[in-house]
Amino acid sequence: MTGSSMFLALTLSNKVMLGTAMLGGIAGVIGCFAVLRGRSLVGDMLAHAALPGIGIAFLLMNTRNPLGLSLGALVSGLFAIGAVTIIVNWTRTKEDAAIGIVLSTFFGAGVVLLSIIQKPSVGGNKAGLDSYLFGDPGDMLTADLYLLAIVTGVILLVVRLLFKEFKLVCFDTDFAQSQGWPTMTLDLTMMASLAVVTIVGLPIVGVILMAAMIILPAATARFWTNRLHTMLLLAGGFGMAAGLLGTKAGHGLPAGAAIVLTASTLFVLSLLFAPQRGVVARLKAEFKLRQRMAREHLLRSLYELSESQLPQLPRIPLQRVRDYRYWRSLDSLLNHAAETGMVVRHGQTLELTPFGFRRAAELTKAHRLWEMYLMQHANIAPDHVDRDADDVEHLLPEALLIELEQQLASEGRLPTIAAEIPVSPHEIDSDKTSSNR
Amino acid sequence: MPNTAFEIHDMTVAYHRRPVLWDIDFELPEGKLVGIVGPNGAGKTTLIKAALGLVPLASGKVEIYGKSYKEQRHLVGYVPQRESVDWDFPVTVRDVVLMGTYGRLGWIRRPGRAERDIADRCLEQVGMAPYASRQIRQLSGGQQQRVFLARALAQDAQLYFLDEPFSGVDAATEAAIIELLHTLRSSGKTVLVVHHDLQTVREYFDHVILLNMRLVASGPVETTFTNENLQKTYGGRLTILDEAAEAMRQREPNR
Repeated sequence: MTGSSMFLALTLSNKVMLGTAMLGGIAGVIGCFAVLRGRSLVGDMLAHAALPGIGIAFLLMNTRNPLGLSLGALVSGLFAIGAVTIIVNWTRTKEDAAIGIVLSTFFGAGVVLLSIIQKPSVGGNKAGLDSYLFGDPGDMLTADLYLLAIVTGVILLVVRLLFKEFKLVCFDTDFAQSQGWPTMTLDLTMMASLAVVTIVGLPIVGVILMAAMIILPAATARFWTNRLHTMLLLAGGFGMAAGLLGTKAGHGLPAGAAIVLTASTLFVLSLLFAPQRGVVARLKAEFKLRQRMAREHLLRSLYELSESQLPQLPRIPLQRVRDYRYWRSLDSLLNHAAETGMVVRHGQTLELTPFGFRRAAELTKAHRLWEMYLMQHANIAPDHVDRDADDVEHLLPEALLIELEQQLASEGRLPTIAAEIPVSPHEIDSDKTSSNR
Repeated sequence: MPNTAFEIHDMTVAYHRRPVLWDIDFELPEGKLVGIVGPNGAGKTTLIKAALGLVPLASGKVEIYGKSYKEQRHLVGYVPQRESVDWDFPVTVRDVVLMGTYGRLGWIRRPGRAERDIADRCLEQVGMAPYASRQIRQLSGGQQQRVFLARALAQDAQLYFLDEPFSGVDAATEAAIIELLHTLRSSGKTVLVVHHDLQTVREYFDHVILLNMRLVASGPVETTFTNENLQKTYGGRLTILDEAAEAMRQREPNR
């Protein structure tokens, strides 16, 4: 079976699915380089700027031949890039402004041209030409599919062969150049691949939404990985998924919009739920840290309230704890401390267990070491030091604490008795009702 | 008489027609640690970039072991300023160090086991071996700097250019860099370092290049790093050169 009969044998809806999946996949892959190189908007500009080229190509050929229209699109896209380069280099206009200007000018010209073409006085088969505006995979011709398949294959090959070179240029252009790589040519190869993908994607998602196909899968993939090759695979996968799901779910809806909205949905889900980089994971980590800090504050407060009567562990009235500092949710903190065996409650009083006392003493030691360090080396006034120490001490790594301890010990400032806990450098007022916060 | 590792002849460099380095001319013997010292805007980074062919020369030439940079770039290692790259880029520490081997690998070939071994050895040399699989964003400033050094080591060069390796690093990194410099020197390599801290010049370097848009002096630290030369480098603005440069720029139509 030859390739052509293979594609011809597909039903229209399978053809559409195949096309959108291929486009989504390859746009995702090449989009990674565009996003990492800080060139996301180039895709957007190319897409918009392609429109007048498409119009002119149609007027010249009088038919909707995908190769011809794509060439027209490419030429006007290149003109647009040239215009941006000239504006940036020869005027005071910055690049983002220049892109905005060129993009909208070309797009405006394209819309005017299309409306002229739609007039009955202009001949030729105009069917499907307006799909370039908003995209319509249903209008896909078998020839479109061929073009897309060839482009996908070639670009995947280029990316596979030049992966190392692209990675280097994206990460550190100067270093690449110092090693003798032709960074300009490599950069142009990346941008040319981007341009070609953008242009073959135009009839499927349309000039307005094409940039989303470049940017969204890449940005989505970035949430899930810290390796470039994984990012490329994921972006390709997300792009394909957006193409397939969008086409499937979007029956009766404008397909380009449905595909892009699917890609946006994937992006938002990743933004929320990706491990480490996702919003939920970050909030969770932040919450956990706050919780830990609150628990440590409780233990340290109990230590300080017990300190005057050590080595006995006194029963501390609940009210004194309550008044000692500001608590956000003392009851749940106390419950947790009781559950983990740090304190024992007797009605309206509580007392540290020996285990809880050990932990509390450690925390207090870390706190005071840090306070002393701040006063000594950061010149922070003694009455401010408690608060500044509070912010950082929960995050100090063990190694640093040991180092602090050694340093203070070598200066003879670390009391070795006193339960191995240095005396607080500021006054502890355990009768005070208002807190230090 | 030791080999001449690096030589600049009558080099002038201009950005947008505004000269930033005037008529630089010096040569450096092999196996020295060389500090490039001068005030902000003196053209220290530009000197390195010009030597590496990253900015075009308006005139003059640069020679590495007697030949042009193009022929000799396999002999050159480069550590750019740490801020010059995006540290959120999706690569691991080992990936970055492997980039040092790309020059030798050439087109299309991927780094393999041999290259990974080189990378791991270089990481070990800068004390970063335990971080090989970390994403680079998770590193501190000093650790990032050490990764860049490891990448330059992986280039296995004869002549190294380091752009402000000491800026914003912790004491441990500073010590690690110094130790590394000494290792490099004892194996006959030449290292040029853009340096900001005048206090440590005597301690760290054998040779010094004093720069302020022009070459003030170049030579062994003992004879060159003198108060008189320092005053010439840092004392007052170089008003005449500055004005001349501005005049050349102004001749151009306003941009």
